[in-house]
Amino acid sequence: MNSLIDIMQLTTEEIDSLIDTANDIIAKPEKYAQACRGKKLATLFFEPSTRTRLSFEAAMYELGGNVLGFSEAQSSSASKGESVSDTARTVSCYADIIAMRHPKEGAPLVASMRATVPVINAGDGGHNHPTQTLADLLTIQREKGRLSGMTVGLCGDLKFGRTVHSLIAAMSRYQDVRFVLISPEELTVPDYVKTEILEPKGIDYQEVRDLEAALPELDILYMTRVQRERFFNEADYVRLKDTYILTPDKLDGAKQDLCIMHPLPRVNEISVAVDDDPRACYFKQVLNGKYIRMSLILKLLEVHVS
Amino acid sequence: MIIGQIRDGIVLDHITAGKGMQIYNVLGLGELECSVAMIKNADSSKMGKKDIIKVGEIIDLDFDLLGYIDPGITVNVIRDGKRFKREKLQLPETVMDVIHCKNPRCITSTEQGLRHQFKLCDRERRIYRCLYCESLADGKVYAK
Repeated sequence: MNSLIDIMQLTTEEIDSLIDTANDIIAKPEKYAQACRGKKLATLFFEPSTRTRLSFEAAMYELGGNVLGFSEAQSSSASKGESVSDTARTVSCYADIIAMRHPKEGAPLVASMRATVPVINAGDGGHNHPTQTLADLLTIQREKGRLSGMTVGLCGDLKFGRTVHSLIAAMSRYQDVRFVLISPEELTVPDYVKTEILEPKGIDYQEVRDLEAALPELDILYMTRVQRERFFNEADYVRLKDTYILTPDKLDGAKQDLCIMHPLPRVNEISVAVDDDPRACYFKQVLNGKYIRMSLILKLLEVHVS
Repeated sequence: MIIGQIRDGIVLDHITAGKGMQIYNVLGLGELECSVAMIKNADSSKMGKKDIIKVGEIIDLDFDLLGYIDPGITVNVIRDGKRFKREKLQLPETVMDVIHCKNPRCITSTEQGLRHQFKLCDRERRIYRCLYCESLADGKVYAK
């Protein structure tokens, strides 16, 4: 594997290996502090991002490497009409590895076809965001000690939420995982998730509207934001954005070892009062994102730390 | 109806009845100078009815395009009045520039020179998805 474009490129064994390395980095960060000395990561962000770009940059710095790049399309040659292919070939001359976010779906794949260095998809529109899924899997593994045998609730915008689709695809490969899909009628998961991922594997799932009713059976609750930028119609966004708001009182009926996750940024779908609940794991998820990206960079650069 | 044998050319047999004209059009057979015969609703022991196209010249065919439109087609190449080659088409694993991605968020909508490529995801249900954004193929075929 030279690039990571889609989480499904990775076998479960490869994911386990990435998680093992991430856990080792967490346990012994000094061992990895110079692992990427002399290497450069290019962060090509054609649309705004806080967490993902900073996470990649922090990851590379903590491996002893350097970072170059841009954080919006206006400050790149894309504003002059340069193609993604040409940008990728050009940047390959300067960097050892590329992390790309682009509003167009498939752009990182195009980049990986022309780049001469590994490309990591850091989010392509509403399509894929594999390193978020890796961060989610690391968080689940660390919090629950396993990736199998659990009930995963996904709540909110399940239609446009790319992290939701990728997490379902990734988790569906583990044993005894069932899904509770909680969303308004207008934001249910696309049919292909059901007909091409869940149903062929005989995976148990149910689609419901009521978050509180579903909560008691969940081991994982994955909240998502209703994404304004994915709507063509502002009125639809306004109508749907506050459908689910997780508050401390709603958690009364939930399991004591529930793991509450969110890919962030949140708007108001999780009340800040929930942040102090020990079951809130979304900021741990952010931190885990950095460690799993460190692990991924090491793998793609074929850097072995003994 | 009698349509004469061809000496050098191509016979597209076992076309699903009703698809002959679509294939005639996407292959641009109307622009050829040679003789071309399109037979609709011919009797078939296997299919009941079928369409057949005979082209009086050996032309390059896009098997992926044909296989995508109608995977049951048999292509017979005729040389010196005899069948030189026979190929039964299947659904192709990938098709290039046969269908176009309609997703406005797909990179194919902006990237210069990027060919539209779709991959077969479910052979049984004939589902193709865009290689780049994974949108479903809308089924409309683009003539080359």
